[in-house]
Amino acid sequence: MTYLLHILSLIGIFSICAAGANIVTGYAGLVSIAQAAFFGVGAYTTALVAIDLNAPFPFGLVAAMTTAAVAAMLLAALSLRLGHDYFVIATIGFQLIVWSVLNNWQSVTRGAFGIPGIPPLSLMGFAIRSQWAVTLLILVSAAAVFWVCHRLVNSPYGRVLKSIREDEPFAQTLGKNTLSFKISAFAVCGALAGVAGCLYAHFSAFIDPTSFTISESVFILSIVIIGGAGNVWGPAAGAVVLVALPEILRFVGLPSVVAANVRQILYGTLLLVMLMVRPRGLIGKYNLGR
Amino acid sequence: MLRCTGLTKSFGGVQVLKDFSIGFTNKDIARVGIIGPNGAGKTTLFNILTGFLRPDTGRCFFGNHEITHLSPYQIAQLGVVRTFQDLRLILQIPVLENVLLGRPRQHGEKLLRAISRFSVAKEETQNRKDAMLLLEFVGLESKAKVLAGELSYGQQKLLALACCLATGAQVLLLDEPVAGVHPKMALRILDLLRQLHTEGKLVIFIEHDISAIRHAADEVIVMDNGQLIARGKPNEVLERPEIMEAYLA
Repeated sequence: MTYLLHILSLIGIFSICAAGANIVTGYAGLVSIAQAAFFGVGAYTTALVAIDLNAPFPFGLVAAMTTAAVAAMLLAALSLRLGHDYFVIATIGFQLIVWSVLNNWQSVTRGAFGIPGIPPLSLMGFAIRSQWAVTLLILVSAAAVFWVCHRLVNSPYGRVLKSIREDEPFAQTLGKNTLSFKISAFAVCGALAGVAGCLYAHFSAFIDPTSFTISESVFILSIVIIGGAGNVWGPAAGAVVLVALPEILRFVGLPSVVAANVRQILYGTLLLVMLMVRPRGLIGKYNLGR
Repeated sequence: MLRCTGLTKSFGGVQVLKDFSIGFTNKDIARVGIIGPNGAGKTTLFNILTGFLRPDTGRCFFGNHEITHLSPYQIAQLGVVRTFQDLRLILQIPVLENVLLGRPRQHGEKLLRAISRFSVAKEETQNRKDAMLLLEFVGLESKAKVLAGELSYGQQKLLALACCLATGAQVLLLDEPVAGVHPKMALRILDLLRQLHTEGKLVIFIEHDISAIRHAADEVIVMDNGQLIARGKPNEVLERPEIMEAYLA
């Protein structure tokens, strides 16, 4: 049961992170490969605030959301003037910079050794140690995040984001400051990655840079694409499939010598098949590859 | 109201606008038709007036504001909006939503207001009513919930006009509003342009169809080779053989 709760918690955390990426990629139409960087900024901020300042969970959550949102806005402000392809490359560059900082700023992040001993989640002074309660808190947080996203994309703000995705000059000619909308979409994306990072840091009690690599960014983008970009619930569907699938493949009975590699091949093949057969994802509305 | 002086614009070695100056006012003239052969510089003029292109030299003004170096959205916010030759709409969302997109200064477009919905619902209800009135004006009220991509080409042209009107802009620059449209639909669009006179709007439209100019324009401007070669009432200008020769050439 603990194993299942662990998987469920990871699904919750990654669906929150992907929900943020969905705002930028699925609604504003901007492909970003830096979500793991914001996720990492949130996680490290939480860890440092919890250990060094002994601050309670809500304070760490707000700090994680703020720092990750600022990092995302910084990336957006610096690189959104670039053309689409160059923008994607800029996000990769940002991801690599953040990873390098996490890996090398020994005095703050402890580099490759990571930060151990992050205290468990606590609410109103009570530490939440039961796996059931932790999973429940993560899933409730995910529900709150999806509620916020639902309100956001079904508002006039969401309407402008969709117009930017479909035809930016049209939005501009109707008087919309599209650059400002895109920067604010990145702020939301970063803040939600901060929420996910905060939960992840408390949940795992130990973080190191290997959890925030470019592979994780691609993984989070895959969740958005497979689940369905441009649908609020797409990231949840994608997280269920992509977090649970490798776990299910553990029980296929592959020889242990090749199990890991074969699992990666099966996983990659599934991604390719999904993109070719159903490019809008499981429940998506927007075909990212058009 | 809207004017430009000394505009020049080149693409590579080709000079598309040559020291071009013009002014428009809606005091006496409400609808101005621009004609000219392909490559005359008509769309380039629109692109410069709406901020999509920067002129090599020259300046543009809207009222007392210099708009030469403003972004398209800033010019639109001041009150100059446009349609494009290749129709630009959000095809994946309903017709009504396209018109709502045009409404200026919406509280719900602010991030925190969008989440909190504070004072957004009331405003959205009013905006929907206003948008429906615009759809009634262009005759698309029955299509309000249909996806914009499912409309006919002529209906999409009407929707583009409704989106421009939703902004409340005083000046509409319409790039070939009836090109490629069934004659009956074209007549309907041109009649709508005539009706805009009562609302005090200045409509400037590029058109290749002489009969459309005669039907809907108070004034015609003829451009050729990046220059203004004639300006006046359609019945007078379009009767001049040298003008027709330049246009048909």
